[in-house]
Amino acid sequence: MEKTEYNLIIIGGGPAGLAAAVSAYDAGERSILVLERDLRLGGILNQCIHNGFGLHTFQEELTGPEYAQRFIDRLTERGIAYKSDTMVVSVGTSEDGYKEVAAVNETDGLLLLKCKALILAMGCRERSRGALNIPGFRPAGIFSAGTAQRLVNIEGYLPGRRVVILGSGDIGLIMARRMTLEGAKVLVCAELMPYSGGLKRNIVQCLDDFGIPLKLSHTVVRIEGKERVEAVVIAEVGADRKPIPGTEERYECDTLLLSVGLLPENELSIGLGVEMSTVTNGPVVNESLETSVPGVFAAGNVLHVHDLVDYVSEEAALAGKSAAAYIREYDQGSISEEMARIPVTVSGGIRYSVPVSVAPGRISDWLKVRFRVGDVMRNKKVVLYLDGVKELSKRRHVMAPGEMEEVVLTRKVLDKHPDLKSIEIKVEEG
Amino acid sequence: MKHKELTCIGCPLGCRLDVLLDDTGAVTMVTGNTCPNGEKYARKEVTSPTRIVTSSVRVYGSKMGERMVPLKTAADIPKSKVMDVIRDLAGVSVPCPVEIGDVILHDVAGTGVDVIATKHVE
Repeated sequence: MEKTEYNLIIIGGGPAGLAAAVSAYDAGERSILVLERDLRLGGILNQCIHNGFGLHTFQEELTGPEYAQRFIDRLTERGIAYKSDTMVVSVGTSEDGYKEVAAVNETDGLLLLKCKALILAMGCRERSRGALNIPGFRPAGIFSAGTAQRLVNIEGYLPGRRVVILGSGDIGLIMARRMTLEGAKVLVCAELMPYSGGLKRNIVQCLDDFGIPLKLSHTVVRIEGKERVEAVVIAEVGADRKPIPGTEERYECDTLLLSVGLLPENELSIGLGVEMSTVTNGPVVNESLETSVPGVFAAGNVLHVHDLVDYVSEEAALAGKSAAAYIREYDQGSISEEMARIPVTVSGGIRYSVPVSVAPGRISDWLKVRFRVGDVMRNKKVVLYLDGVKELSKRRHVMAPGEMEEVVLTRKVLDKHPDLKSIEIKVEEG
Repeated sequence: MKHKELTCIGCPLGCRLDVLLDDTGAVTMVTGNTCPNGEKYARKEVTSPTRIVTSSVRVYGSKMGERMVPLKTAADIPKSKVMDVIRDLAGVSVPCPVEIGDVILHDVAGTGVDVIATKHVE
């Protein structure tokens, strides 16, 4: 009879799940199982064959598969168990506080597993055409940028020869270059917003290098073609983001790629009943990255969409460490009663923070509070207030929605406020 | 005297850089940058721009049923050679197993740089 009880189960074997598993092991936990629905570990990194990963973690520029392999090696060196090609279909809690995980695969059939702690590391998926309300038929030739990336880099197919890209997220930019190198003609990249959500480096090296125009404040208004895309019409949008009549331009093409945002994949989390954030579409978590369900932790893109995998690895390591600590307390019967937690409030154009609440006693040295702003801002200050006292202020020349920001809450600063009641992060005039 | 306009890639600010070149192609002045990194980037990008090229080629004999192996140039190559590297890779296919770091193509497009695999494929 195969083992069905583990101390810790991690759902997802991408960058977040791998880093969480390694960190939980290094914190002393030995009973760990990672569940991955793809055939191999590594998640989306396997199809991100471009370089630029790992500058923070390894101080060198790696490609996606190389970055993944570093963590896969750490997992196998430690002998941590995993099951690939295994899809988790539901998670729940039992009365004794155990978490129950139902999963399926071809060899085991239905697996019913139990664990003390659970880490959600399912990642995110792309927004699809259905979420955009572009009128027209449903011809072949419309792909999300990530689907095209998989087709080119993993399956070895070129999904089209003349391409229009809607959205200037990093995957769209990367695919503009990739399709060009594989022989396609990328005609234009249209972006609804007056700024790109992609990294400057990608705009220069994926569009400018190949003479691909980036049209800001533009969107797709019509897709022509019944069986296959024949043309795409784009138009300029006004400040209200509505198309301006008379600005339409028609591009004859056979393919439209969509790079219009990522959504955390939280069906399992919702089924489990964890409290969700309406801003991030991920679970609401505390300083330990624990959700509203005790013993259930979240990290990576399932929690909030990241721009750098290095930050995913770092965040997931905290989730792994926290889960190991939770299991120790569980075994000792010392799971603390609901701890007093101080809310983290954000203002001045900050959209959200992760975490949203903090138990100061749980922070040993420091805690990184990550956040995003809602608009491009220049010459501002990010200020941290504890009980209304300014404890940290840093100047930022520029902040953009596409770049995650952080503030570090240190033990030293927390010790100055033994009866802490409020933590505020504000963007103020610089 | 010649002008060249660039976007700095150093940070999200994305400064518009204006580079002034003399008749020999040497940089005489960089303006528009807000930090020293901008000037350094402009000088390199105008005089000797380089890129790492990543791509993928077919594999055969994979036990896992894999069809492609991703690869990269082991070092930066001149930007002007990017398409030559891609042309050299056209039609290349390699037998499995492939290990990270295996050389797929020596001295690609006369750059003196090897193209290496970036994934294990069994």
